[in-house]
Amino acid sequence: MSRPRARKLPDARHEVLAAGWVVPEPVRCVQCGICSFSCPIDIDVRRHAWLGEPVKDRHCLTCGECVARCPRGVLRFARSDLFERGG
Amino acid sequence: MGQRYLIVGMGAASIAAAEAIRGRDPGGEILLVSEEEDGYYSRPGLAYFLSGEVPERMLFPFAEGDFDRLRLRRLHARVDSLQLRSHEVALEDGRRLPYDRLLLATGSLAVHVGLPGVDLDGVVKLDDVGDARRILKRCRRGRTAVVVGGGITALELVEGLRARKVHTHYFLRGDRYWGNVLDETESKIVEHRLQEEGVQIHYHTEMAEVLGKRGRVAGVLTQDGRRIDCDLVGIAIGVRPRMEPAEGAGLATERGILVDEHLQTSAPDVFAAGDVAQVFDPFSGKSVLDTLWGVAVAQGRVAGRNMTGQSEAYHKSVPFNVTRLAGLTTTIIGTVGRGRDEDVRGIARGDSETWRQLPNSFAAQDVSDVNRLRLLVGEQKLLGALVMGDQTLSRPLYELVAHQADITPIREHLLHPSARLGDLVAGFWAEWRERHEAA
Repeated sequence: MSRPRARKLPDARHEVLAAGWVVPEPVRCVQCGICSFSCPIDIDVRRHAWLGEPVKDRHCLTCGECVARCPRGVLRFARSDLFERGG
Repeated sequence: MGQRYLIVGMGAASIAAAEAIRGRDPGGEILLVSEEEDGYYSRPGLAYFLSGEVPERMLFPFAEGDFDRLRLRRLHARVDSLQLRSHEVALEDGRRLPYDRLLLATGSLAVHVGLPGVDLDGVVKLDDVGDARRILKRCRRGRTAVVVGGGITALELVEGLRARKVHTHYFLRGDRYWGNVLDETESKIVEHRLQEEGVQIHYHTEMAEVLGKRGRVAGVLTQDGRRIDCDLVGIAIGVRPRMEPAEGAGLATERGILVDEHLQTSAPDVFAAGDVAQVFDPFSGKSVLDTLWGVAVAQGRVAGRNMTGQSEAYHKSVPFNVTRLAGLTTTIIGTVGRGRDEDVRGIARGDSETWRQLPNSFAAQDVSDVNRLRLLVGEQKLLGALVMGDQTLSRPLYELVAHQADITPIREHLLHPSARLGDLVAGFWAEWRERHEAA
C-alpha cells in the first residue's frame, strides 16, 4: 500500500495565498474587462482597478489569472499590510 | 431645485465627471447625452475584442445598477447646437435641454480619407464598438484585408485581423512604423514581429483608390499602380476632436476646444474634457491634445468637481500609455520622439502630443532580443522613457519621470555606450524611493 502523499502547492503560489493580494495600478488601466472575465469566481477585478483598491475580496483565490492576462500590466501581487506588520 | 448638470458624450471623461459630480452634489440632476447607441464602454478594449481575448459584453464596465446608484439619467440623442446665452443645448429632434453647468466630452472621430471607393461596403475604421462588430462580421479565414494608417489603431486593426486568420497587407507611406514616437530599432522590432505573424508590410506605399464590385470592396489600387485584391480595407490615419457644436457656438478652439487650467472653456459654465479638450501643458508650455484613456479620466474628475463649484487646477501629469505593439507590451512615458508621422494626420488614438516635443536630451538605449529600454536623458532629470517587452522597469521609470527625480548621480553612467541601463535605473530607483518616502 502506498503512503498518502502530502498535498503540495507550488511555493510561490503558497506564499501568495498566505500573505498577499492583487493590487492595481489605475493609471495603466483602460477598463477593458479582461481581468473580470478571467476571474474563475467572478470577482469584478476591473472595478477595483477603477477605484485603485486592492482586491481584498475574501473569496479571491490569488490564482493569478487576472494578473497574467491583463494586457497592460495593471495588476500585480503585493504583500498585504497585515502580514508586513508581522501579524 | 438642485443644480442641473448636462454632460455631452458618454466616454471615460463623461463617466469620471459624473461620478465626481455625484460625490460632491448628492442632490443635483445629472444627464448624459450621447449619440452613441451603445453607451459607455472601454474604447481601448476594442483591440482585445477584435483579437478575441474578451467578449463584447465584458467591454461595458457599468451595469444598469451602476447608473442607478449614481442616479445618472441617460439620453440617446444628437446635439444640434449650444445656446450659451440661455444655457440650453438644442437637440436635432428639436428638444432643448437646460443646464446650469455643461461638460463637452464629445471625444474624437476617425479622420475621413477623401479617396475614390472609401464609401464601399467593406471599408472599415475602428471608432466604436459598432465598427468592431462590422469588422468581425467580415473576418473569415482565407479572406484578405489591406490596412492603411499609423499609430496604435492601425496596429490594432492589423493584429485583430491576423488573430482572425485574415491575410493582411499593411501599407506604410514611409520606411517605418510610427516614426515620430518609436526610434528605428523599435519600429524594426515591431515590423519584424508583424512579418513573423504573416503580415505583409508594403513600405513607401500609398492607397490611391478602393476598387469595388457590386458595391463591395474588391481590392485596392496603390499610387504606383499596383492592384491588391482584398475583401476588407481598414483605415486608421488619425482622429480629430469632435468640435462641431462648440465651434458653432463660437467657443475658442484650435485643434481642440481650448480650456483654461480649470478645464473651463471660453464660455461661462461650460467645461471640456477628454479627447476634445486642448489643455495647457506646463511640461511643454503649449496647449496640447491627448487621446489617452487615463488622461480623459483625470480630466473628467477635475472638470466634474469644478462643475460643482470647486476651484481645482488640472495638473497635466506626464503622458503615459501602455499598449501592445505586435504582441509586445510597450510603455511610453513623457517625451520620447520627435517630428511627425507620415501615416497619421493630426493625432492618433492612444497618443499624446507631448510625446513628440523635441527634448533637449540625449538618448540612452539598451536592447536585448525584443526587450528594449530607451531613456531620454535631460540635464538633471529623465524626460521620457520607452519600455518594450519586459515591463519590470516601467513603474520605476514612470515615478522617476513624473517626480522629475534628480538623476545627477547616474547621469554620466547612463550615457556611457555600454551602460547597463536596467541595472542602473533599478538601483537608483530603489535608493530614490527610500529617500522619497522618508521625505
